[in-house]
Amino acid sequence: MAQMTMIQAITDAMRTELKNDENVLVFGEDVGVNGGVFRATEGLQKEFGEERVFDTPLAESGIGGLAVGLTLTGFRPVMEIQFFGFLYEVIDSVSGQLARQSFRTGGKFNAPVTIRSPFGGGVATPEMHADSLEGLVASQPGLTVVIPSTPYDAKGLLISAIRDENPVIFLEHMKLYRSFRQEVPEGEYTIPLGKADVKREGKDLSVFTYGAMVHESLKAAEELEKEGYSVEVVDLRTVQPLDIETIVASVEKTNRAIVVQEAQKQAGIAANVVAEITERAILSLEAPVLRVAAPDTIYPFAQGENTWLPNSKDIIETAKKVLTF
Amino acid sequence: MAAKKDKQFDPVETLHSIEEKFEMFQILNEEGEIVNEEANPNLSDEELVELMSRMVYTRILDQRSISLNRQGRLGFYAPTAGQEASQLASHYALEKDDFILPGYRDVPQIVFHGLPLHMAFLWSRGHFEGSIIPDGLNIFMPQIIIGAQYIQAAGVALGYQKRGKKAVAMTYTGDGGTSQGDFYEGINFAGAYKVPAIFVVQNNQYAISTPRELQTAAKTLAQKGVAAGVPSILVDGMDALAVYKVTRDARERAINGQGPTLIETMCYRYGPHTMAGDDPTRYRTSETDSEWEKRDPLIRFRKYLEAKGIWNEEKENEVIERAKEEIKEAIKKADSAPKQKVSDFIKVMYKGDLPYNVQEQLDIYTEKESK
Repeated sequence: MAQMTMIQAITDAMRTELKNDENVLVFGEDVGVNGGVFRATEGLQKEFGEERVFDTPLAESGIGGLAVGLTLTGFRPVMEIQFFGFLYEVIDSVSGQLARQSFRTGGKFNAPVTIRSPFGGGVATPEMHADSLEGLVASQPGLTVVIPSTPYDAKGLLISAIRDENPVIFLEHMKLYRSFRQEVPEGEYTIPLGKADVKREGKDLSVFTYGAMVHESLKAAEELEKEGYSVEVVDLRTVQPLDIETIVASVEKTNRAIVVQEAQKQAGIAANVVAEITERAILSLEAPVLRVAAPDTIYPFAQGENTWLPNSKDIIETAKKVLTF
Repeated sequence: MAAKKDKQFDPVETLHSIEEKFEMFQILNEEGEIVNEEANPNLSDEELVELMSRMVYTRILDQRSISLNRQGRLGFYAPTAGQEASQLASHYALEKDDFILPGYRDVPQIVFHGLPLHMAFLWSRGHFEGSIIPDGLNIFMPQIIIGAQYIQAAGVALGYQKRGKKAVAMTYTGDGGTSQGDFYEGINFAGAYKVPAIFVVQNNQYAISTPRELQTAAKTLAQKGVAAGVPSILVDGMDALAVYKVTRDARERAINGQGPTLIETMCYRYGPHTMAGDDPTRYRTSETDSEWEKRDPLIRFRKYLEAKGIWNEEKENEVIERAKEEIKEAIKKADSAPKQKVSDFIKVMYKGDLPYNVQEQLDIYTEKESK
């Protein structure tokens, strides 16, 4: 066991898979000698060589095309999009090509591609760096979308993502990269994709959340406990497909739920969670399922982040509405 | 007094001097005479006959496909008549190990690379069994998103380079496609990694109704390779020998580690853009059509082979009959494909376990389909 930040755990996962499978290739803008703009690929090129870990020209679409082509020659690409706001440049390769590769070839060519990309607010980045666009890719059939919130989850989920035979979007919240350390096992271990994790058990209210909002929700749960409420925090970990079993079991136990996301209310995936709960567990509900989300504006100018981003106070407020409905 | 022209820096002069480098490469003129003996690829008589047969076959395939489409027995179809030299002679320069990433008009190339004809017809109709590429056949199905095949070709070529495979990735787009970002990114990536790729631009003069002149002020499309530092050539796309020669040379350079090539083939499509209601008389004159028909790749190649005494009407009719027969068989075979079910679609979405949502839907549809 070692104490790792999330970014170290991510590097460790890539190192593990580069070692395990010679078809794994890591590439993107500045991921080689530079070790990535966040040091996620630090030391990997030195250890595995320029054939395995390499830089690309500055063109996201080309990077996506490279991934498609490499899968056709038997490789297992782990491509990086430097910031997920740049997804728009490569949306055809992601949603128009990789997601459909198995389908459009009648199952002949699968696309074992992992797309790593940082996102998320709270660190005063310039325009189009922090936007939460997971809702866009979650709506594309053929894609799995993973968002870890801890170093332990990040490593196990990334190894699973790389081993998955289908395209996986792996979104890394920038604020969580180095915000805390956690015990992370050495060597390989996996966490199944599509499985949520109960980060805190409770019996009065379920909070379904992911990314940086997991920590805001845990903070809110502690505050609410002081007022006598027992709050369960479920970290979705994979936002597409959802872990319906865990979600429904939690609602059936607590009878009340909220969904918390950093994305705007019209974006993200919270509406999906609410819909699934109402379809599957409406008879267990004592109150409507409410959402905590950002306002439906463009992602804020950096100095406006603090008032714009959802936080534990918003969560407490919404939780109380549901608890006292 | 007029201002003195600055000889030190004249961007107009620079542009013109570059553009003048891209002269059209030709071996066979419209009369079927060799005008560039030095460049003659010297194909054997057998090879020449095979190439002619493929071009004739494809012309018949085009005529029959248009007719089958009109009868409702084919779906999406993009006519190919006029582009036989560009499509078949470039393909003829490839080997089995080479990988083809075709555009939507490039069905003939993948058929001659090995895709069974009935599968091409199923693809046209919109049936997934048309796209289950047989083992060992190095093709991707026709790309609908114009430009995507270019960036993907760079990836296939990089894969081949990494595997140490002596083979190339070849891809095709049209004149309109050169305006796409992915066109540029594709050739630029291939150049930067010096990978074995051949990029073909089939300049058939029109992107649906938009003439080539409206795509770019560039005098040639071949010169776009200069922006990527990629060797480029403009070739008479109605001349089978010239197309074969430049493609074969590009392949040689590629497998010897000298990187990609961009080839512009100057050609013409006689028919509409697709059979989905495009009417070329709205944007094209019959004068232009007949002007280009004089340059027909079949006419000049036929003359060349006849002069060599290796082709005649009888041989041509044999090919035509064989084509018609095989097309009939293929359509019949396509007719026998089972009707597609939703459960079929679900099953080919993912390799391995299905996510809960589609698994749930598979159960629902399997139940519905059993009734």
